[in-house]
Amino acid sequence: MSKNPTNNWSRRDVLKASAASTAIAGAPMFFSRHAYGADFLNNPGDSGTVTLGFNVPQSGAYADEGADELRAYKLAVKHLNGEGDGGMMNTLQPSALKGNGILGKKVEYVTGDTQTKSDAARASAKRMIEKDGVVMVTGGSSSGVAIAVQGLCQDAGIIFMAGLTHSNDTTGKDKKANGFRHFFNAYMSGAALGPVLEKEYGKERNAYHLTADYTWGWTQEASIQASTENIGWSTAEKVMTPVGAGDFSQYITPILNSGADTLILNHYGKDMINSLTQAIQFGLKDKQVNGKDFQIIVPLYSRLMAQGAGENVKGIFGSTNWHWSLSDAGSQAFVKSFGQEYGFPPSQAAHTCYVQTLLYADACERAGTFEPCAVGASLEGHKFDGLGNGPTEYRAEDHQCFKDVLVVKGNDNPTSQFDLLEVVEVTPRAQVEYAVDHPMFAGGDLGSCNNGA
Amino acid sequence: MNRISAVSDWILLVVFAAVILTMPVWLAPFGADYPDLMQKFAIYGLFAIGFNILFGLTGYLSFGHAAFLGVGSYTAVWSMKLLTMNVLPAAFLSVFVAGAFAFVIGFISLRRSGIYFSILTLAFAQMSYNLAYSVLTPITNGETGLQLSLSDPRVVDAMAGISTGRSLPSTNLFGVKMSGLPGFYFCAVVLIIGFFISLRIFRSPFGTMLKGIKSNQTRMAYTGLNTRPYLIWAFVISGMYAGLAGALMAATDPLAGAERMQWTASGEVVLMTILGGAGTLIGPMLGASLIKYFENIFSAFNDQTLNQIFDFVPDSIRGYVVELVSLFVGDGWHLTLGLLFMITVIFLPGGIMEGFRRIGGLFSRKKSNTPSSGAVSDQP
Repeated sequence: MSKNPTNNWSRRDVLKASAASTAIAGAPMFFSRHAYGADFLNNPGDSGTVTLGFNVPQSGAYADEGADELRAYKLAVKHLNGEGDGGMMNTLQPSALKGNGILGKKVEYVTGDTQTKSDAARASAKRMIEKDGVVMVTGGSSSGVAIAVQGLCQDAGIIFMAGLTHSNDTTGKDKKANGFRHFFNAYMSGAALGPVLEKEYGKERNAYHLTADYTWGWTQEASIQASTENIGWSTAEKVMTPVGAGDFSQYITPILNSGADTLILNHYGKDMINSLTQAIQFGLKDKQVNGKDFQIIVPLYSRLMAQGAGENVKGIFGSTNWHWSLSDAGSQAFVKSFGQEYGFPPSQAAHTCYVQTLLYADACERAGTFEPCAVGASLEGHKFDGLGNGPTEYRAEDHQCFKDVLVVKGNDNPTSQFDLLEVVEVTPRAQVEYAVDHPMFAGGDLGSCNNGA
Repeated sequence: MNRISAVSDWILLVVFAAVILTMPVWLAPFGADYPDLMQKFAIYGLFAIGFNILFGLTGYLSFGHAAFLGVGSYTAVWSMKLLTMNVLPAAFLSVFVAGAFAFVIGFISLRRSGIYFSILTLAFAQMSYNLAYSVLTPITNGETGLQLSLSDPRVVDAMAGISTGRSLPSTNLFGVKMSGLPGFYFCAVVLIIGFFISLRIFRSPFGTMLKGIKSNQTRMAYTGLNTRPYLIWAFVISGMYAGLAGALMAATDPLAGAERMQWTASGEVVLMTILGGAGTLIGPMLGASLIKYFENIFSAFNDQTLNQIFDFVPDSIRGYVVELVSLFVGDGWHLTLGLLFMITVIFLPGGIMEGFRRIGGLFSRKKSNTPSSGAVSDQP
């Protein structure tokens, strides 16, 4: 590695060496000067394009959701740039979108794999922010990851539009001024499911929880427990399972002897597919306990999971943010253009990601800038309609969207391979709304917004 | 150690320092000149250099080094939550805690050697991972990861009257923010110091003793020497390096997650060391940089970027080319890494450093008849 040090130094060598050392010493100044002078981080300035960062799981237990999210993002970029049929851009009310990119700049994007791990997700988001110069990061499909990336975006001074994240903490204990969530949350699932479960299964049941061991599982378990105990149910036991466990049989066997007559699966993605399938293989659904048929409930449902679990989802209740069979104009426009592009209907993960991208673009147009604080201010308290969930509001106090929630049931007689869920009830917004300082959401602080410069 | 090798060591150190500190310049053509990735190069380089002190010198293959990295991270984040956002106390505490932890694990694991030692360390690391993941949730915040919050006490900062109001404070070194380029230079300086210490260890009688253990432990024992204290110290020192690397990770990005302790992370540092060249001074750093480069740059290539790269190929075949190449980039980057690793291990058992030596040997033989003893020594 080392050179022979005994050579004599010529004048040329000295000049070369001093030039090199000046360059080395000057390098930090040169490379950090971009940090000053811009009024916010990654200002696209006069450039003709603007870059968005799509950070989704491409491997791990939530990879299916991630793949669908990415499809939706690509479709949203297409529509924003004025290609394709425009999808929900035509139904959004009010809308400042023009179909010529955002603020006249063509939208480009970069993608990253979160691997459903906080570390990897933050590394990938950092690359987008530091190297690719994105003005906004979006994605999710695991609340742990969403919270980690949201914290990073807050520190860096970039807007984070959360994708699929259902934990109460995302807009509760861990809420951030630069983070916004369109998706519903565990509390809303509980509030919507409670009355339906009471009607279907009565007031006397004994529930057994299997819960994914991270922020989402914890808050969903607490939310569902509160709302089921509210209708008179008791809770037999709550068991934590690791994310991505694959085999859940060791957790399912004890349920048979616990005296519980209802199993609540606080699982998502491949975990839910595996645990539900195994629960049914173990014959839980055919059992009679305390004189009642054994029931299984999956509080957070998605069509992708229903597809994976196949026959097993029949008659099983859950809640969802959106479903492709909805008949409003927005949903239909979205299903149509997504179907034309990819040949199958979108999932709820795809829907929320598409909507978030449009909402961000719309907020930039209304604010007239990409500056995070201004964009955030124009999202706060914004009321809109026509994006598939009916009238919706971005609450200013916690950056959570409030809208109707769907209670769904596994379809007993599906007419196609996608017609797996049947909407049982549309729970109105008023029933799922909560105060900002609700105990399940307490302890957080938005902090002040960060422009990053 | 004669005077000439001491001089060449100093030159090696200066060249190493210059190369590390100029990373922002020469990494630009590779698209890797952004702070986060350069921080990773420095941090994982330090981790691998520390691992090499154990594996490269004594030949003891630890499969649980990520546990110390994780312990270091958690300690650093707790120091930032409870004491101060300054990274120096966090770094010192992490080194100390990781060293103590390494002493306990080393004391037990080093009763065995070879594969049994590897399995023991692996078991301890997986135990730590599972503890951090579930049982110790109040300390580690489980899968979600330990993060800073506005309600943290930060006793020292509070006494010094430092308050950031309603926004989260950032990690700093006496006021200099530790994100971005300043963070990289901090990591780089720590790496250079770490490299210097490793260099001194390699050249010291202690290092020679460790090499003796590697070549024939039984013979060492027959000479009346108790090898265990040497092994334990090597284990503790390399655990401290890992703890320091963990602290740097927390310093540049104040978050600690359990997945840092998973067996895949332990396996990664083994790969880094072997890919670069175990037992060499520079090799582990090279291996670490290469793997991190693949993980961050290759994994980010999507069809859009590939189409841009293969713009010169006629449209008719471009689709096939892109499809073929996309197998090896994006989420397929593991495949590329695996192939590279296989090729290296099969053709260059000494890692990239052996490749360099062979090329170097080729030139020195052709150009002049200087004795090859200098070029083919087992140290760079």
